[in-house]
Amino acid sequence: MTIDGQTVEIENERNVLELIRKAGIVLPTFCYHSELSIHGGCRMCIVEDDRGSLIPSCSEEPRNGMIIHTNTRRVRRYRRNILELLLANHSRDCTICFNSGNCRLQELARSFNISSIRFMNTAHSPHMDHSSKCISKDPNRCILCGDCVRICNEVQNVGAIDFAHRGSDMHISTPFGVPLAESVCVGCGQCAAVCPTGAIIVKNDINKVWRALDNQETFVTVQVAPAVRVALGQEFGLGDGENSIGYIVAALHRLGFDKVFDTSTSADLTVIEESREFVQRLQSWHDMPLFTSCCPAWINYVEKHYPEIMPHVSTCRSPMQMFASVLADEYRKVPGKRHVHVAIMPCTAKKFEAARDEFVTDGQPNVDFVLTTQELVQMIRQSGILWEDLEPEGVDNPFSVYTGAAVIFGVTGGVTEAVLRELADDHGPTALKKLAFVGVRGQDGLKETKITVGGKELSIAVVSGLGNASALIEDLKSGVRKYHFVEVMACPGGCVCGAGQPVVPLSHRAARGKGLYSADLLTSIKRSEDNPLMATLYDGLLKGRNHDLLHVHYPGHKGHHNHAA
Amino acid sequence: MKLTSRADLKEARQIFSRALQLQETKILVCAGTGCIAGGSLIIRDKINELLKAKSLPVTVEMADEPHDKEINIKSSGCHGFCEMGPLVRIEPQGFLYIRVQLEDCEEIVNETIVAGKHIPRLAYTFEDKMYPKQDEIPFYRQQTRVVLEHCGHIDATSVKEYIGVGGYSALEKALFELTPDKIVKEMSDSGLRGRGGGGFPVGRKWAEVQRQKNKPKYVVCNGDEGDPGAFMDRSIMEGDPHRMLEGMIISGIACDASEAYIYVRAEYPMAVNRLKLAIEQATDIGLLGDNILGSNFSFKIKINRGAGAFVCGEGSALTASIEGKRGMPRVKPPRTAEHGLFNQPTVLNNVETFANVPEILNRGANWYNKYGPAKSPGTKAFALTGNIRNTGLIEVPMGSTLRTIIYDIGGGIPGGAEFKAVQIGGPSGGCLTTDDLDLPLDFDSLKKAGAMVGSGGLVVMDSNTCMVEVARFFMNFIQNESCGKCVPCREGTKRMLMILERIVSGRGNIGDLDLLLELADTVSNTALCGLGKTAPNPVVSTIRKFRDEYLAHIVDKRCPGKVCAKMRRYYVDPELCKGCSKCAQACASAAITGKVKESFSIDLSKCTRCGACINTCKFSAIKEGW
Repeated sequence: MTIDGQTVEIENERNVLELIRKAGIVLPTFCYHSELSIHGGCRMCIVEDDRGSLIPSCSEEPRNGMIIHTNTRRVRRYRRNILELLLANHSRDCTICFNSGNCRLQELARSFNISSIRFMNTAHSPHMDHSSKCISKDPNRCILCGDCVRICNEVQNVGAIDFAHRGSDMHISTPFGVPLAESVCVGCGQCAAVCPTGAIIVKNDINKVWRALDNQETFVTVQVAPAVRVALGQEFGLGDGENSIGYIVAALHRLGFDKVFDTSTSADLTVIEESREFVQRLQSWHDMPLFTSCCPAWINYVEKHYPEIMPHVSTCRSPMQMFASVLADEYRKVPGKRHVHVAIMPCTAKKFEAARDEFVTDGQPNVDFVLTTQELVQMIRQSGILWEDLEPEGVDNPFSVYTGAAVIFGVTGGVTEAVLRELADDHGPTALKKLAFVGVRGQDGLKETKITVGGKELSIAVVSGLGNASALIEDLKSGVRKYHFVEVMACPGGCVCGAGQPVVPLSHRAARGKGLYSADLLTSIKRSEDNPLMATLYDGLLKGRNHDLLHVHYPGHKGHHNHAA
Repeated sequence: MKLTSRADLKEARQIFSRALQLQETKILVCAGTGCIAGGSLIIRDKINELLKAKSLPVTVEMADEPHDKEINIKSSGCHGFCEMGPLVRIEPQGFLYIRVQLEDCEEIVNETIVAGKHIPRLAYTFEDKMYPKQDEIPFYRQQTRVVLEHCGHIDATSVKEYIGVGGYSALEKALFELTPDKIVKEMSDSGLRGRGGGGFPVGRKWAEVQRQKNKPKYVVCNGDEGDPGAFMDRSIMEGDPHRMLEGMIISGIACDASEAYIYVRAEYPMAVNRLKLAIEQATDIGLLGDNILGSNFSFKIKINRGAGAFVCGEGSALTASIEGKRGMPRVKPPRTAEHGLFNQPTVLNNVETFANVPEILNRGANWYNKYGPAKSPGTKAFALTGNIRNTGLIEVPMGSTLRTIIYDIGGGIPGGAEFKAVQIGGPSGGCLTTDDLDLPLDFDSLKKAGAMVGSGGLVVMDSNTCMVEVARFFMNFIQNESCGKCVPCREGTKRMLMILERIVSGRGNIGDLDLLLELADTVSNTALCGLGKTAPNPVVSTIRKFRDEYLAHIVDKRCPGKVCAKMRRYYVDPELCKGCSKCAQACASAAITGKVKESFSIDLSKCTRCGACINTCKFSAIKEGW
């Protein structure tokens, strides 16, 4: 087929748009995402054929002998008019928009040189939704491309939002227009990650953290999740997936944090606790299979969509909350400055988790504030710290040791691999290395593996993306599938693709997972139990209290009691 | 009674047909929506009561044991002459009584039923000529009724009557004489094109579905007639539901589908009820359900009520709506024939299309395509509304001219006004003017003229109509009914509406026409579905044909049709004004000033055209002008 005079071979392209991209031409689009169904709403990808017919390239099947022109006077005019129409109904206060500089509408308006709009601005909807702890929704910035609707329904199978009303009254709404916080939204934030404008943004808690840092009467500690280190650097010119933990720690020290820790340390605790729980359940055979519990959006999903399977979910607190319990015990029990704990996470749902009643002790949340990777980027920029001038630094004592098993928590399959290292009969380095190849690594939404431990064959599944999780639950219910252990991460690809991370195209995300596996290679200890700090903790602070400090009973769990009451 | 074989059906037809013949007098009271609103059902009951009181052998349903001299009162489908309703037709004489009132019933019974005499005062009279018989009335004489053949002539609520007049014989033929290929070929040969607006050849559509390997397949009937001023499909569903069901069953045989849906708008409650009843009757008698007439063909029809979204008349939005999803068109390809309802191959035609099917099979493709031009054969039902004498439902051969429809059938424009334009094809169509009076109305000619047949709504407008306001009306409709999915339709029509609103309120700029045309070009070329692609048509065609009217609004701030309220001007006649200042006191916007005992004046830039001053002036000194 011929595109702008070039002959292009048709291979497996699903539509003309993909073929045009292959020909080295990137057409402007708002609603096209290869991982989502074809919407065909923005009409920006329209092209002209040799007979002058206009074809939306995203929904047209490539045919032999087709002749396409992607940049004619007509299509340029139509694209310009469409942009102008969108801008006429858009809140154009770009300077105060969180997504300014990262907005497709802004980018295209600039490249089409739209300097005046012939229509009155009508973006005056009063219906903003700030109810969720994770995200905010502003219809005045929404261009109704439906990307959020499709990711919420098709990829995540959450169904919290859809189009409502018709014509120019159309907007994105929860069922019956209830606030997001009261809807079935799980806070995964994938809608915000996919939004081409600033219509859905992640809640921002930077000012609260600055206030804590400014206060001389506070002792501020911070923990950094594994996934953050392989994404944040991208914003400062590092390559895809490059590990920047040393710089991050240095930056956090410079920002004024009194102690900087790595969530990987508490992930080791999680591995140990979860492995024990698994072995116990396996022996007494109750509530099998066991589902992991690290992911807060997954916990929300279970609560709102599948409450009946909560008994199957591990009672382990997430690594963030395990660390927070330990730190609260360490720093809040002694007289002195008020302890404030901040967590840097790749995740939007962590903001919700931090505020849960279950994790509030004596009126203070164990984690006072959660910042996303993007918010930390913003703080570093605000402070004026020059990234290039930073020298890498290490995390602080007394919680400075972590293993390779913990650092891979941030990628789908990481938790499972860490647990397998724990359970494996042979602890030798070769045997542990082999675990990488049993089928738990990679970006697939559903990975299955069988492994023999202690003479028993265990059947294990790893899912990422809630849509995959719900399909798996349905299969378990109908008996099509049977497992002993299931790892679930709400975001496709795991935490490295969390909605709090800098937004990059799908193709770049795999590098982040690889970055974590490289970080694992650099560690000297591969199994969580071999972490010497663990013995110290179990013999000290956690002695006799590990269940109280490291486990949680959500509604639906046995032993749950109402914290709010 | 359950018919389990072809012989059963033939026998039943004989019985029912004989019963119809034995009914010596038939009183057909129109039970279409319009006439019911006029009280036709009360009239029917009154006549029944009066006849009973006289101990005459009156029946309201087909009797099981018919005898001669029987008087049968029927609730018929729409007779079409809605302007003159409630209508009562009396057979065997063929009298048509118009605008019948409850008080007239006694006279009808005594004079006509008992004595067999005509009542002149209830007859239709036009230009001093009285027309006692229905067939002689010019409104009917000029029509060719194929699809509407039974509307007004049989009981719309009786499957027996439908069978008695030859109904379901096409189904019989399709089941026992024709192969699916033969049926599809007959449809192709007939040249029948979809009556829903697109005009896609029915034979080709059915053949495409027939070719699909994927099963199950579905038949879907589009009864979501949403164009303002269109009621053809409603009248068929209400007046001759079995004809449409028969067409649907035949398409099921042709395409190997055994499940069907009828998507009717919930605003048509009577159509829904009549269809429900018809499906029930057909199922009871064995013409729907498993193993129809003993064959191995099974077919079931479900009714799905639409919640009133105009866009649900679009194929993919309609199937989405049946599936329980938001009624929003999707990108095509794939077409509905391949991936339609529940993603399965689907035959999707509208009511009138299906209603054409039985007669084509009965009489053959050659009979059918002798009506109308070669590329648009057959007849077409139109709903005639607006500023026309004979509002109603008509059917003419494709290719008839507007002149025939408006003057011969429609009786011309009432009230001494002149014909100005007709909006054809609803909000997706365009307007035709005096220049187009001799244009043949068929798919291709109309497309050339910038209009479209659409579903068949004809809204006639006289010289007192403002074409800018008409364009604004349709744009407002489209803007409200756009699903909102694609940017050009959602945002483009909104802006076009805002510009039109600006123009009719006297705030138009000279650049507005170019801006309107530019937006129209963008919307019609880039919108996702048919609704959006055709949305600018009313604006473009009115600008093309009535540019001077637009300019009068924009430049002179004047509405030649004297319609746009904001264009009205008030002025004080200095000869009559006594300078009493009453008007100035009444004016809420302080637009009237002057010295007492001298003539006052009105500042039009401040005047809100509320009319308060006119009402207070005792000397009629304040005048209204345009």
